[in-house]
Amino acid sequence: MKKYTYTEKKDTRSGFGAGLSELGKQNENVVALCADLTGSLKMDAFQKAHPERFFQVGIAEANMMGIAAGLTIGGKIPFTGTFANFSTGRVYDQIRQSIAYSGKNVKICASHAGLTLGEDGATHQILEDLGLMKMLPGMVVINPCDYNQTKAATIAIAKHVGPVYLRFGRPNVPNFTAADQNFEIGKAVMLNEGTDVTIIATGHLVWKAIEAGEQLAAKGISVEIINIHTIKPLDDAAILKSLTKTKCVVTAEEHQMNGGLGDSVAQLLSRKLPVPQEFVAVNDSFGESGTPDQLMVKYGLDTVNIVSAVEKVLARKK
Amino acid sequence: MQDIASLKRLSTQVRRDIVRMVHAVSSGHPGGSLGCVEYFVALYKVILKHDPAHFTMDGKNEDLFFLSNGHISPVFYSVLARSGYFPVEELKTFRKLNSRLQGHPTTHEGLPGVRIASGSLGQGMSVAIGAALAKKLNKDTNIVYCLHGDGELQEGQIWEAAMYAAANKVDNLIATVDYNGRQIDGDVDKILSLGNLKAKFEAFGWHVLENNHGNDLENVITGLNLAKTYVGKGKPIIILMKTEMGMGVDYMMGTHKWHGSAPNDEQLKLALDQLLVTEGDY
Repeated sequence: MKKYTYTEKKDTRSGFGAGLSELGKQNENVVALCADLTGSLKMDAFQKAHPERFFQVGIAEANMMGIAAGLTIGGKIPFTGTFANFSTGRVYDQIRQSIAYSGKNVKICASHAGLTLGEDGATHQILEDLGLMKMLPGMVVINPCDYNQTKAATIAIAKHVGPVYLRFGRPNVPNFTAADQNFEIGKAVMLNEGTDVTIIATGHLVWKAIEAGEQLAAKGISVEIINIHTIKPLDDAAILKSLTKTKCVVTAEEHQMNGGLGDSVAQLLSRKLPVPQEFVAVNDSFGESGTPDQLMVKYGLDTVNIVSAVEKVLARKK
Repeated sequence: MQDIASLKRLSTQVRRDIVRMVHAVSSGHPGGSLGCVEYFVALYKVILKHDPAHFTMDGKNEDLFFLSNGHISPVFYSVLARSGYFPVEELKTFRKLNSRLQGHPTTHEGLPGVRIASGSLGQGMSVAIGAALAKKLNKDTNIVYCLHGDGELQEGQIWEAAMYAAANKVDNLIATVDYNGRQIDGDVDKILSLGNLKAKFEAFGWHVLENNHGNDLENVITGLNLAKTYVGKGKPIIILMKTEMGMGVDYMMGTHKWHGSAPNDEQLKLALDQLLVTEGDY
């Protein structure tokens, strides 16, 4: 098992803020909109450096999505920022009609996704956003795993012409990917090559997949680990290549089982390469208040859950 | 500018297009379309600075128009075609399979003249504001126009947008409300009254103009020209334009029943007898 280390834990939302700041300097067409969560989204630096290109829209997310769509007409590249819940479920029809169907070059940037938002509870812990967004034709859906990758993704999506959903979170998590990484939309990242089983993880579950891989390696199990930062378009080739070798898979994500990464992988495999699959995901449930760590344990999204899912899928493979 | 008499003849032709288009597919929204003919003819033939032969999505250095109440697509399509955005013959494909003229307007099929999809109501003002902000960033002094149904103002997003535009002095925006007092289920006053609309928009910080003769072409042109004089003065502008749903076809007037119903063969003949050919049918 390849060794992964990190020097500090950082929040992915700060990676977004840093990436946005960088973009502000690089590209004068980049504009940003926020619905009264500038501090939470770490958009302050962009706002301070480029006040003329920053639009505080107040607590009115539907209007924010419409304004963002309009700003593209005239060549701007708008980045909207609010919590994932208010970036998707609350404004689904605005995104569907004014952005996705209209083919507008809007980057929907969503923080505080999933259970790790923590104490605010289920009203704010959206676990359906990946599904909502990936169902929209033409929408690119990205969920990076750490600070560095979120920063790289933020910069990369400005070059993609078309709507993008970029999902990140609140807690500090190990920052282990390279600061100078080349972020390629739709390209899986091979973290560890193995032969017995493939773990496909996204977002905050990627580090937990690495931890699980280490524990499984100690038990003599050879684990292949793939970081899928882009859920749509899915890197079919990388997944099929891996599963041709390992012949069983565990998917791991901070999202509902219905509609998430696991669903996308299952859909691909059922058509092209049917193999046993286990899902580490929230099973048809809302979240609740608690610390991020407590919630990940209670809802079965911890390292131990990946380990047991691997053992289960290996048993099914035999 | 063409003389008023020829624009009035064009208006009659547009009305023929509308009833023929919806009749051909037994669906669509003739009522509001007929009521907004003078607005569209005034806007596209007199007011807008635009270049129909060279449509670009960004529309830099041009005025822009956004239709928020997308269901009145027949009048939009007819006037776009008769302004040179696409061949008039294409009107016959309205609402048919593989057409660029979808039931509600969309950019998806690449129809020149359309810059946003609309149909799900209440979204166009936000989009128009965004386009107006882009114009300001680009130092482009042209104007952004948008049209809304009065029933549409029941959507909450309209008021989010109205609050934003005034608070942020989006003063290169001229919105118009098709104030015909009717929606699918009946009179707006009975379904969900808008109350004192003028007072509402004024309280939100808009410059409000009233036009009680939205089916009088000269009056509509004068009203839009008057609105232009308020551009750049620190407030978004809105025209509350009284129109008659179904205008020009006697049996479609004075009722909400033709909001979203198409005439049958016999009804079409009755309508066309009142709307003589002026520019040639498609």
